[in-house]
Amino acid sequence: MSSKSLHVLFDDDDNLLDAVKEIVKNKIYINEVYTPFPVHGLDKAMKLKPTNISIATFIYGCIGFTVSILMMNYIMIADWPQDIGGKPSFSYIENMPAFVPIMFEMTVFFAAHLMVITFYLRSRLWPFKKAENPHPSTTDDKFLIDMETGPNISKTKTMLKKLGAISVEVINNEDDEK
Amino acid sequence: MIKDYKFSNKIKTFSLSLIIIGILGISYGFYSAPSNVEEAKEMIANMSHGSDHGGESDHGGESDHGGESDHGGESDHGGESDHDKHVFNQLHNKPWAAVYVPALFFMMISLGVLAFYAIQRASQAGWSIVLYRVMEGITGYLLLGCITVLIILGFSALDFNHLFIWMDPEVVAHDRIIRNKVGYLNIPFFFLRAAIYITGWVLYRNISRRLSLQQDNDNDISIHKKLFRFSAGFLVFFLVSESMMSWDWIMSIDPHWFSTLFGWYVFAGMFVSGITTITLITIYLKSQNYLNFINNSHIHDLAKFMFGVSIFWAYLWFSQFMLIWYSNIPEEVTYFITRIEDYNLLFFGMVVLNLIFPLIVLMNSDFKKTNFIVILTGIVIIIGHYLDVYNMIMPSAVGDMWSFGPAEIGGFLFFLGIFIYIVFKEISKAPILAKGDPYIEESKTFQYYNLD
Repeated sequence: MSSKSLHVLFDDDDNLLDAVKEIVKNKIYINEVYTPFPVHGLDKAMKLKPTNISIATFIYGCIGFTVSILMMNYIMIADWPQDIGGKPSFSYIENMPAFVPIMFEMTVFFAAHLMVITFYLRSRLWPFKKAENPHPSTTDDKFLIDMETGPNISKTKTMLKKLGAISVEVINNEDDEK
Repeated sequence: MIKDYKFSNKIKTFSLSLIIIGILGISYGFYSAPSNVEEAKEMIANMSHGSDHGGESDHGGESDHGGESDHGGESDHGGESDHDKHVFNQLHNKPWAAVYVPALFFMMISLGVLAFYAIQRASQAGWSIVLYRVMEGITGYLLLGCITVLIILGFSALDFNHLFIWMDPEVVAHDRIIRNKVGYLNIPFFFLRAAIYITGWVLYRNISRRLSLQQDNDNDISIHKKLFRFSAGFLVFFLVSESMMSWDWIMSIDPHWFSTLFGWYVFAGMFVSGITTITLITIYLKSQNYLNFINNSHIHDLAKFMFGVSIFWAYLWFSQFMLIWYSNIPEEVTYFITRIEDYNLLFFGMVVLNLIFPLIVLMNSDFKKTNFIVILTGIVIIIGHYLDVYNMIMPSAVGDMWSFGPAEIGGFLFFLGIFIYIVFKEISKAPILAKGDPYIEESKTFQYYNLD
């Protein structure tokens, strides 16, 4: 199967955003866009599904909240009750105000760390992973669209040049697989 | 197309009828309050006769206990009459406190909005310019609000009520703790301080309003710079004066008790109720087709502030509560014991209204741009912070004699009526858009990237 794709380079995020909108309008599939920084509105322009990471984070926070309650109940009430400031630790609910800071911190801790780990896994990032971006400049000051060619390569190329692309490279995917 | 606001007859009738209902409620409250100790005794007797409430019989038990105490025969009698006098003072204070709570509450809404306005000016925020005229309208109530509070304080000083016991020389003579504070808590200095705060706030309000109106017809950038300097200066003055105001007008009702973060706590309350009021009035005016340039990103930002400052308020509430609860020092912890024993539902219910409800409802980004949900949460926050002020004043003023009767509801409606009347009148006096501001275009096209 000989499929071709295009690597289109931009040097301005506004041009990139306009180009992405135009490409989507022409119904040409975009595989991926590589940018050196988050471009606001790019996900909307690419018509990506909204992220669910906020819902996941809320659930992680609830888990942290539960863990903190069980943890403090075990440490301070069940395992080793102490009399602190004339408040003997025999009941969780009566000592609850003292545990609120811990409950808060554990909620934040779980939500933040698990959210970051989820984000890395979802983006297929882990230690010692080799970079996937096709052009080193996308970590500096250039933006790259990895896209299908469309029905007519030369027509697509002219359109992209008009939209401000600084270079359009045709990639033969068969070579990559060898 | 921008349509300037015209003071509508609907608002006028509505606010005037609130004022009239309020006056009726307040008058009933004053009419039914006892005018001497005998009447108060009779009222208490009737109350325990008429109902088998747990609270009343508890109360009976308390006075029995006073009689049986280990003071000996002679002081027994003294204890009884002291107790009657105490109850009389509480019942006598009740209508005054019922008026003082909403007076303070609406004054603080206006003051909170003034602080928010000054922060927007001093930080040279871009998004909020379109809301300036609404904010200036709300701060229009500040002068009258301060004067009503001052009048009630004046009546206290003239011994019409017993809200501030340190104003009574007889109490001070028998109380060593208050005697040690006389250098700060004395009537002339108290009113001198009040005059300084009010002058400072009202001066900034009027100067910023005048400059803001001047800017409409004059593109001179020096006005903008002047506003920035005045606002930054005002914020320094405000942080000190607001803190001292909270000690004077709220904390000194309990002259034995003090909390070092009380000023912050009161500030967080007034700030969130002020921002909520801006949101409610903005959404109302928009629904009447006045603020067409306000989009859902502006509402989303206001709702983010409501959400964030509600949590900030709860953080301070809890910080104050937990330290005092944990250390358990008698003279400090009495403050919370009164509230938890006599005001249990109100005290914890207010935390639910002010923290749990906004936290859960406004967490979702989609809800923050939905007008209906923001209004619902806003009303809950306003009620919650009214109850917060109620909880600061009432336990010290009336003890366990509290209720929500005609005086409390009437007082709230009376000040709500005045507030609505003045605020909408003030908004109608100026163009609805501060069109001369250098950031006005940024504000009009403001778009939070994550919203459609």
